[in-house]
Formats: sequence, structure tokens, C-alpha cells
Amino acid sequence: MGDREQLLRDIGIADFVLTELVLYLDTHPHDCKAMEYFNHYNRIKLQMEKEFSQKYYPLNTRYAESGKEWRWGAAPLPWEGACA
Amino acid sequence: MWSYEKRLQFPVNIKEPNAKLAQAIISQYGGPDGEMGASMRYLSQRYSIPYREVAGVLTDIGTEELAHLEMVASIVHQLTRNLSMEEIEKSGFANYYVDHTIGVWPQAAGGVPFNACEFQVKGDPITDLMEDMAAEQKARATYDNILRLVKDPDVCEPIKFLRMREVVHFQRFGEALRMVQDRLDSRNFYAFNPAFDKCESCDDKPDCGCDK
Repeated sequence: MGDREQLLRDIGIADFVLTELVLYLDTHPHDCKAMEYFNHYNRIKLQMEKEFSQKYYPLNTRYAESGKEWRWGAAPLPWEGACA
Repeated sequence: MWSYEKRLQFPVNIKEPNAKLAQAIISQYGGPDGEMGASMRYLSQRYSIPYREVAGVLTDIGTEELAHLEMVASIVHQLTRNLSMEEIEKSGFANYYVDHTIGVWPQAAGGVPFNACEFQVKGDPITDLMEDMAAEQKARATYDNILRLVKDPDVCEPIKFLRMREVVHFQRFGEALRMVQDRLDSRNFYAFNPAFDKCESCDDKPDCGCDK
């Protein structure tokens, strides 16, 4: 697995933890431990997304700022898969 | 408002096309218990829910269902790309192909097109959340049926992930239902519809606990 695939995978893992925590916190808003986990993983995920978008291609238009050309349209599409 | 992320919720990397399997899995795109119905059900039910936290659960699960819809479409797309004409004819894919080539169109495994009648928005929180819990179980059972047809691990892994999410959503909807019931009269949850009727106790006691 290349660096790009590895980082995208790590973002997916952090994002999955966050998805689980969001749904859990929706029905357990007073669980401080879960809130701490959310804060922790959210910081990590934002950092990784920013790094990925700078190194490879923007994952969201909020990371599409560029000194040169518009890179959003040329980025790989998620449904292409690794074997495309 | 939504914001698109250019990645799948769980990776889908299928090497071997399989048109027969694609025709079964497409049911989770546009079939009776599929992800299109799931996302539209929860995102449409939100508006009449009088409790913010419960509307939040519907929003967040509905949003995750959109990510699942994209995963199922990716599975179908990757199972049908690079098919030869011979494979299309041999695998029984010709009927789909004649109308959609290898595009992804919302239909059930049996060819029935997606229809909003596959879900309901009753505008009654208990009724709607009960439907949501049943919907998660129906989707889970559909994924179980699909898993019995799948031999390829590239297809198996994302389907197992989707199956697991149905179980988690069922749990969260159960908790959301409890949040609704906690605000109602436990002697008769059906005394009034909190999304429509005015609670009679509000007239004498503004703090009757009904949230209205």
C-alpha cells in the first residue's frame, strides 16, 4: 500500500470512530468520556485531511484552495476503486 | 445543507466483475429495503419531530445512509465495469443492460423501480421510529441474504460493514424512541401525537414535561 492509500485509509478509520461517536453522543449527550474521545479523534482527522489535501488532492472543497489551478475536478472519484 | 467528501465510508476495490451478483446487490440501492429508501425515510421524517435531539439522530443516520448508498452504487459499478457482451448475455444482465447499459439505476433485484411507497413519513414520532427500527432489521436481513450469495472477499467485506451498521442504527433508533417516550405519559404513550396535538396538560401546567 502506497503512502497515499495508507493516509486515506487512516482518515477512513478516524472518520469511522467519529461517525460512531456522533451517533452515540446523539443519544448519550452527557457522556464526558465519549465527548473526550470525539474531541481527540476530530483533531486527528482534521489534521490528516488537511495533510492529504495538500499532498495529493482535496477531499472536500474546503481544502481546495490553491495558488495554481483548480484541482477538485481532476481528483480521483471514490467509486473508481484502487484497481481502476 | 450537505458537504461532499471525495472518499467512500469503507473501501470498495473489486477486481472481478460479476453481473449476476450486481443484479442482486442493486436491491440495496433502489429496492424495498435499500439505502435510497433508508436515507429518504429518515431525512424526510425529521421535519415533524418536535424534539431536537431526536431530529438530530434522524439527520445523522440519514446522512450516513447517503454514504451507504454511494458504497452500494460503487459495488454495483465495479461488478459491472469491463463486462464483455458475452458475459452480459450469459449472466442474465441483458434486460438491465438494454435500458441502462452499465449505468447505476435505482431498482430492486427483481427489476421493480424505486418508489417512495417503500417508506413512510407518518408524522407521528412513535410510529415513525418504530418503522425506522423495522427498516434497519429488514436491511440487515437483506445483507444476510446477499452474504449467502457472495464468494468474493472483495465484495464480502464492504457488505459485512454495511450489515454491521444496520445493527448499530437499530440500537440508536431504539434509544431515540426511548427519548420520545420519556417525554410522554408512560400510562398512555398514545394519548396524543406530540408532532400534531396540543398537550392538554399544558393548559394548567406549563411545565408538564411534554416539551411543547
